[in-house]
Amino acid sequence: MATTAKKKDVVIVGLGWTGSILGMELCEEGLEVLALERGPDRDTVPDFKYPDVADELKYAIRYGFMQRPRNSTLTIRRTLEETALPYRSLGSFLPGDGVGGAGVHWNGHTWRPMAEELRLRSYVEETFGAEIIPEEMTLQDWGVDYAELEPYFDRFEKVAGIAGQAGNINGEVVEGGNPFEAPRSGDFPMPPLPQTVDALMFAEAARAMGYHPFPRPAANASQAYTNPYGMQLGPCNFCGFCERFGCLNYSKSSPQTCVMAALKRKPNFEYKVNSEVLRVELARDGRTATGVTYVTAEGEEVFQPADLVILAAYQLHNVHLMLLSGIGQPYDPITGEGVMGKNYAYQMNGGTSLFFKDVEFNPFVGAGSNGMVIDDFAINQIDFAAEGFIGGSYISSGTTNGQPIRSMRLPPDTPGWGGDWKKATKEWYGHSMSIGSHGSNMAYRDTYLDLDPTYQDRFGRPLLRMTFNWKPNDIRMTQFMKSKIEPIAESMNPDIMASGYKADGAMYDVRPYQTTHNVGGAIMGTDPTSSALNRYLQSWDVHNVFVMGANAFPQNIQYNPTGVVGALAYWSAEAIRTQYLPNPRPLI
Amino acid sequence: MSTSAFKTTRRQLLQSAAAGAALSAITHPAWAQSAPAVPLDEYEPTYFSAQEWAFILAATARLIPSEGDGPGAIEARVPVFIDLQLAGDFGIAADWYMDGPHDPAAPAQLGYQSPLNPAEVYRAAIAELDDWCSEEHGAPFAELEAETQNAVLTALENGELTLSSTQGASFFGLLLQNTKEGYFADPKYGGNHGMAAWVHIGFPGARASFLEWVGIERAYPLGPVSIAGERA
Ligand SMILES: Cc1cc2nc3c(=O)[nH]c(=O)nc-3n(C[C@H](O)[C@H](O)[C@H](O)COP(=O)(O)OP(=O)(O)OC[C@H]3O[C@@H](n4cnc5c(N)ncnc54)[C@H](O)[C@@H]3O)c2cc1C
Ligand code: SF4
Repeated sequence: MATTAKKKDVVIVGLGWTGSILGMELCEEGLEVLALERGPDRDTVPDFKYPDVADELKYAIRYGFMQRPRNSTLTIRRTLEETALPYRSLGSFLPGDGVGGAGVHWNGHTWRPMAEELRLRSYVEETFGAEIIPEEMTLQDWGVDYAELEPYFDRFEKVAGIAGQAGNINGEVVEGGNPFEAPRSGDFPMPPLPQTVDALMFAEAARAMGYHPFPRPAANASQAYTNPYGMQLGPCNFCGFCERFGCLNYSKSSPQTCVMAALKRKPNFEYKVNSEVLRVELARDGRTATGVTYVTAEGEEVFQPADLVILAAYQLHNVHLMLLSGIGQPYDPITGEGVMGKNYAYQMNGGTSLFFKDVEFNPFVGAGSNGMVIDDFAINQIDFAAEGFIGGSYISSGTTNGQPIRSMRLPPDTPGWGGDWKKATKEWYGHSMSIGSHGSNMAYRDTYLDLDPTYQDRFGRPLLRMTFNWKPNDIRMTQFMKSKIEPIAESMNPDIMASGYKADGAMYDVRPYQTTHNVGGAIMGTDPTSSALNRYLQSWDVHNVFVMGANAFPQNIQYNPTGVVGALAYWSAEAIRTQYLPNPRPLI
Repeated sequence: MSTSAFKTTRRQLLQSAAAGAALSAITHPAWAQSAPAVPLDEYEPTYFSAQEWAFILAATARLIPSEGDGPGAIEARVPVFIDLQLAGDFGIAADWYMDGPHDPAAPAQLGYQSPLNPAEVYRAAIAELDDWCSEEHGAPFAELEAETQNAVLTALENGELTLSSTQGASFFGLLLQNTKEGYFADPKYGGNHGMAAWVHIGFPGARASFLEWVGIERAYPLGPVSIAGERA
């Protein structure tokens, strides 16, 4: 029997990027806010301090900051016919755990989407005709357009402190930036990071071929910076331990460095760690939530009443909690009816490795988001009808880490062990680079999330089940990128070159790390029959539940998601503050 | 390492301890090498039995041989690393979801599905493999010629030789991964002795501060440091 806690105005589930932002915004309304975080508390000191955090085995290989599958995982299958099996140890994606969430151990590539991506179905229909959309592809518009979101991108970039070079300010193309990006209202808060040798070589080769290289927008500070919450960042020292690590230097934008200390000072804010939310409780009519039930570190169940419930638990967990709580009709892949779990998508990436005997790359000199990029093959630059696919990629090069266990790039004919392997590690460790493509991934009728019929978690709840596979449209897209990257690589005259792009028949493999860019499952849109959330991230069915995170993406953009996740959080917070709180109701 | 170097090390340690806790974080002694360690044949394994230890010494010595430039697995003390890992959280799959049902016949792409944890996989696999070697070659793995050992490992790697006792887990995959981990991980975990594997490839270890070297196309001049502050 759960005990009942004292009522709060707002309960936030999860204290990562979106949870901390919503905490800040709603505290500013004077509301009593409680955040519940399932993992431990974490801060720069003691958790990310030098030298202990510079430990590849503990953090990058044994996943010290990530979710432990024993406590929380899901099952995965590739087709409707396959039996889903548990994701028993981490591989393909690495959800966060503890204060800061995945915002602790991300890389910090911080993008805005192309304007076209937010209304992709309309763009495709208007430009190429509806007939080019494959029948199984469940392409949708987001229900919000770029111009509406622009102030919120700007806001998130200022809070996070992004270093970059604008390419388009109010319609004026700016030299050195991305000429294909949607217009910004102003410059980045900080100038771009300096660049590593591989990035400089790539940019030169790309420029010589007539492309438009620009520095990757980075959540790694390039100089001293104070954000709108009064939080301070110091310049990144290219420590080479960024992705999968917490920042030892107060340089990587994270909930810790950008929000938490300011938030903790608010008298109306409270947070509890080691407190895992089991479900959202609904009123008898199912139209509103009454609060959430969570388990304390001691294993005690507590019912926390609240007027407003914010789900900010990361894409996968938001969808899981909604399915477990009976919010929204579960999606059925056979009939296409229902919305909860619909349109799961991922990220389609590829890359070419280049080996140069005589170039010293010093691959351990790296920042999470260092790199040069071209967007000449972005979504708004491709003739989908002519090329036979819908999608696009950015193409980039830049060292983010050279830790030797996981970043030992060797020529393709090197044996995996023995004397020749040992010799090759010396010959090539400091002498290779790569050019990667980071691309969109569409959603399909049979890529979705539901509850697993067999496997349960430690609380006896069914695990989430993912059904996902690579599809011909996206494989054609990545093969197109290969045909663009290889000539750039060849023009650089490497001694050896090796490509890795998904080809026909590729099946999803959960073992190698790909990205933690899981999207969809509780998507936003304009119509309750085809989306779980309205354009303000409010549940269509339960109006006092707002859901933050990449679960809102109807299909995946070609960029890393967090720039959009952050902007949508501010957009939703503004709607809650100005429209919902004065008159709580379905906003649409 | 000579005894006199060891004495210097001891003295420096005492001095830095005397300098007080606040300073100790930045005044690590400049060790020429790590402290001397028990020879591998006298090492008392925490997890492995004597027979398993003999197997691990032999197998890792084939995976990263001592011949040629740079340390082999033996010089790097990779076997100690593996022993300690299997005795700890990794060995018991403390972080992994291990509930059934298990499907050992699952496609490899769906990831680890064996009901055994890594420590159990090593135990079962070494016993089965040693039995097989005794039957096929007349002696357990550790006592075979290097060439025969290589052939056995190759057969394991490419699936010509399968072990039923691991219930679907790839023993070779685990062993190779753990061997490379022990070669390149920080010395605090028992392998990468003297940071020799880092010296071999030119990785500066836990220095973690390179702003002055961004975009510079010359080899970084400083050798590695470990988390404990040792230098090599
Ligand atoms: C290795 C890695 C690299 C990445 N690099 C990039 C990048 O370069 N660029 C980019 O754009 N994105 C990147 N990402 C993704 C980025 O980290 C996420 O998009 C972002 O953190 C999502 O924010 P969020 O608030 O939705 O979730 P999170 O920041 O993950 O926060 C969710 C929080 O909710 C908690 N929680 C979950 N379930 C419950 C529950 N039931 N009860 C209580 N609490 C719960 C979790 O423990 C977690 O702390 C990367 C991710 C990883 C793992
Ligand atoms: S690379 Fe820079 S931002 Fe990333 S962890 Fe290191 S110092 Fe921090």
